[in-house]
Amino acid sequence: MEKNFTCIVCPMGCSLKVQIEDGKVVSVTGNTCPRGAKYAQTEAVAPVRTLTTTVRAGEKMVSVKSTQPLPKENLKKYMDMINSVKLETSVNVGDVIIADIDGTGIDIVATKNVDI
Amino acid sequence: MRNIDLVIIGGGPAGMSAAVSAYNSGIKDILILDREPRLGGILQQCIHNGFGLHRFKEELTGPEYSWKYEQMVNELKIPVMLGTMVLDVTEDKIITAMNEENGVFQIQAKAVVMAMGCRERSRGALNIAGMRPAGIYTAGAAQKFVNIKGYLPGKKVVILGSGDIGLIMARRMTLEGAKVITVCELMPYSGGLTRNIVQCLNDFDIPLKLSHTVVKIHGKERVEGVTIAKVDKSLKPIMETAEYIECDTLLLSCGLIPENELSKGASITLDRVTGGAVVDQRRETDKKGIFACGNVLHVHDLVDYVSEEAEIAGKGAAEYIQNDGFNKNCDIKMTLGDCVRYTVPQHITSNENDVKIYFRVSDVHKDVTVEAKDGDEVIFSRKKQRVAPGEMESILIKSDVLKNIKSGAITVGVKLNG
Repeated sequence: MEKNFTCIVCPMGCSLKVQIEDGKVVSVTGNTCPRGAKYAQTEAVAPVRTLTTTVRAGEKMVSVKSTQPLPKENLKKYMDMINSVKLETSVNVGDVIIADIDGTGIDIVATKNVDI
Repeated sequence: MRNIDLVIIGGGPAGMSAAVSAYNSGIKDILILDREPRLGGILQQCIHNGFGLHRFKEELTGPEYSWKYEQMVNELKIPVMLGTMVLDVTEDKIITAMNEENGVFQIQAKAVVMAMGCRERSRGALNIAGMRPAGIYTAGAAQKFVNIKGYLPGKKVVILGSGDIGLIMARRMTLEGAKVITVCELMPYSGGLTRNIVQCLNDFDIPLKLSHTVVKIHGKERVEGVTIAKVDKSLKPIMETAEYIECDTLLLSCGLIPENELSKGASITLDRVTGGAVVDQRRETDKKGIFACGNVLHVHDLVDYVSEEAEIAGKGAAEYIQNDGFNKNCDIKMTLGDCVRYTVPQHITSNENDVKIYFRVSDVHKDVTVEAKDGDEVIFSRKKQRVAPGEMESILIKSDVLKNIKSGAITVGVKLNG
């Protein structure tokens, strides 16, 4: 299988071509530097993204993020889990809102102080 | 009338950084004024990550980046007046402001830092034909609705303009359950960062239509759809390519304009390209003791550079107060060479220190050499793999080079190698 995407390691934006066989990367072309090849390896097989969104606290909104990047394919599922949370107390930066989301070992934490 | 050494107008990233920098340079009598109920400016609604990689060597969200500076301001006990609107600033540095508690009041400052930020180009400025239904927002207004107020402004969305806020909102609205149908960009290249094209559009299979624009908005009470069309080389719509798209929301991400009403009131000379003040290397405007930094000076793509620039302005303001003015030993004009749209600063009034010149290019180019010249003599040269209008560039001119400028001007240009 071949996958194509744009490298985002630096502003160059190289067009990468990745050959995948049995879920493993066998070749990367189109990159100008080794960092591009490394990016292509993860991006082709197990892409991850930091998730940032909001949670309701009373009438206000608290911004939150995942402490580590999460598997990209499940972002929608994590969004539903986060949107079902309603906070009743004030929150500080770094407070854990959801611990170990969906068994990933990654927490969803507040990125803002909000008094309610 | 109150007397205060340094008044900073705006408590966003630029204002906070300028305040901290001035304090650390020895000026303790500072006041930050901001019209919002909390510090941080636009960062409070920019809940996505990607901030602070240069400054803090870690990837922060907007509110976290702001919090780092809020803590510094708090620790230094720098006074802040929130919910306070500045109405006027005079050349003599008299500030007229108002808030609920004090009504209208005036302050005489020894120096002023302008850090009011910028605002978005609105529909009125874009001249799109059609009715005036509900459902047309700037991307930043939609961002405030979603991230601060907790409302989703629409369910089927078309975005005009591929600026970073538009791209970020394409992802944000998609994650919250809206369908983003397409992003149209008038230019043949995107105005946003590559990272955002990949993670906000490609990740969610949202098509980016380059060289396309919205030619008509349909709907009377609420947006019902838009007509989009391809544009030719002179950016005129080709009506044969017109296509109707059903949607209930149109977001506009078509550029930012420095908010300089106060600067105009103080008769500060503005740069026609940047929309901000003309400044020297200390970020002093042509009005003595009035400085400008951040997006009110020129629109930045990274907040890290806003903080850096505001440090220069804060330090400059502190020196101005301490020495009752500056020793200006030269006046070197910055002039624009090939492919360069603007530089900041626009002139250099002291050759005692190295000066970093920020500039923006007018087009996307690969394999280039950035050059600075004194007449015909090349005084700086560096190869770059790629330059783009969306990414600010900088060069450093050394003090000993500045001392030997013969023509009275430095020209910054980009030479194509291929």
